[in-house]
Amino acid sequence: MTVSSPSRRKRRWEIVMLISLLAGIVWTVFSRVPSAIGAPLSSSPSPREGFLAPDFTLDALRGEKVTLSHLRGKIVVVNFWATWCLPCRKETPALEEAYEQYKDSGMVILGVNLTDQDSVSEVESFVQEFKLTYPILLDRDGSISNLYQIEGLPMTFFINREGIIRTVVVGGPMSETFIRSKIETLLKEAQ
Amino acid sequence: MFPFLRLGPFILPMASLALLAGLWTGLPLIEREAVRLKINASTLSNVIFYSLLAGLIGARLGYALEFPSIYLAKPISLLALTSTTLSPTMGLAVGFITFAIFVQRKQLPIQATLDSIAPGLALFMVFVGLAHILSGDAYGAPTRVPWAIRLWNDYRHPSQFYETFVTLTIFLIIRERHPKPEGSGLNFLLTVALFSASRVFLETFRGDSVFWPGGFREAQVIALLIMALSFYWMSTWMSLDSAESQEGTPLS
Repeated sequence: MTVSSPSRRKRRWEIVMLISLLAGIVWTVFSRVPSAIGAPLSSSPSPREGFLAPDFTLDALRGEKVTLSHLRGKIVVVNFWATWCLPCRKETPALEEAYEQYKDSGMVILGVNLTDQDSVSEVESFVQEFKLTYPILLDRDGSISNLYQIEGLPMTFFINREGIIRTVVVGGPMSETFIRSKIETLLKEAQ
Repeated sequence: MFPFLRLGPFILPMASLALLAGLWTGLPLIEREAVRLKINASTLSNVIFYSLLAGLIGARLGYALEFPSIYLAKPISLLALTSTTLSPTMGLAVGFITFAIFVQRKQLPIQATLDSIAPGLALFMVFVGLAHILSGDAYGAPTRVPWAIRLWNDYRHPSQFYETFVTLTIFLIIRERHPKPEGSGLNFLLTVALFSASRVFLETFRGDSVFWPGGFREAQVIALLIMALSFYWMSTWMSLDSAESQEGTPLS
């Protein structure tokens, strides 16, 4: 058995390293996707970051219908909540404050109530109690909370002007600072 | 995928639990390796703890610096228990700088210290793969291969499973085969190089890549650079060892 010198072994390692590096470069060049520049991560709708937000149409508490895709071009915060959910109650004032501050900058908050686990009268009392001015939507049959795979309440989706979900927040309460920083991020992204 | 565990009113993110498990199993491995390489294990543990803490604080401050007026209005928000208001880049930078400062101040031998970290780091990366399996993050590109999994409304490469398999393989290599002489920093550099190479290869199957002009994937380009730097330092440190050792010590 021959024993090679350290310099010969070093040379062998360097050859292996050089081949690995060249293979990495070739692989990177051949696996690039020129058509992907500027495209969204995924065009298929799914309730998670980087995907197009699944579309829905729901009745608002005040009577009109609201369709998510009609709000394209605006920053949308979709907040799933219920009156019996304590963290939802705690974060509601922060949401209202953020809405007041950013509504003129092209931001909308949609408060989607899980009405199949709640009641319209309770929702009305809640809206009066917190003096809410942002649209409250009624998910009467739970189909939209199923579509958005709601794991727990509250659950919030921050959606950019192209309809892509940028942040998903499971649980709460979210602070006003947190909400504002996420909205500011989306406003910067749009500039 | 099993992203959350509900315990009464609490919702626990499983990915975070997997990462904590990675730290919990990785740190004892680092301590054991430190003892083997004749480094003060408790000093090294403290250095790692302070670096992680500094990294966490740096990540939060880095995020806050992006929105100074918001955080200055309510500085208490800096203490919020949420992982979505962290700046990973700033966290890594502060963590590395803290680590470097402490290693120097505690007079730990840098190369042997890095080698002590290698197996624990490799094991932690396995748990990163598991965290991705649980959360569904780092998802694969749409595909029709027979082993595709249904995830996020499409059939996709099971990229999280590829990642876990590859990281587990790297961990076994790093744990069993140490480039010699031991404590020369080569095991750490080999670990970094192998993880970078795996990212260059596996990124192709990911569906969440960020693309640069020319259609290049950001992660691949960065991983290539890290790989090149690791190889450069490996070559340099091998030269030092060759010069120091008159008799010649085997490199592998």
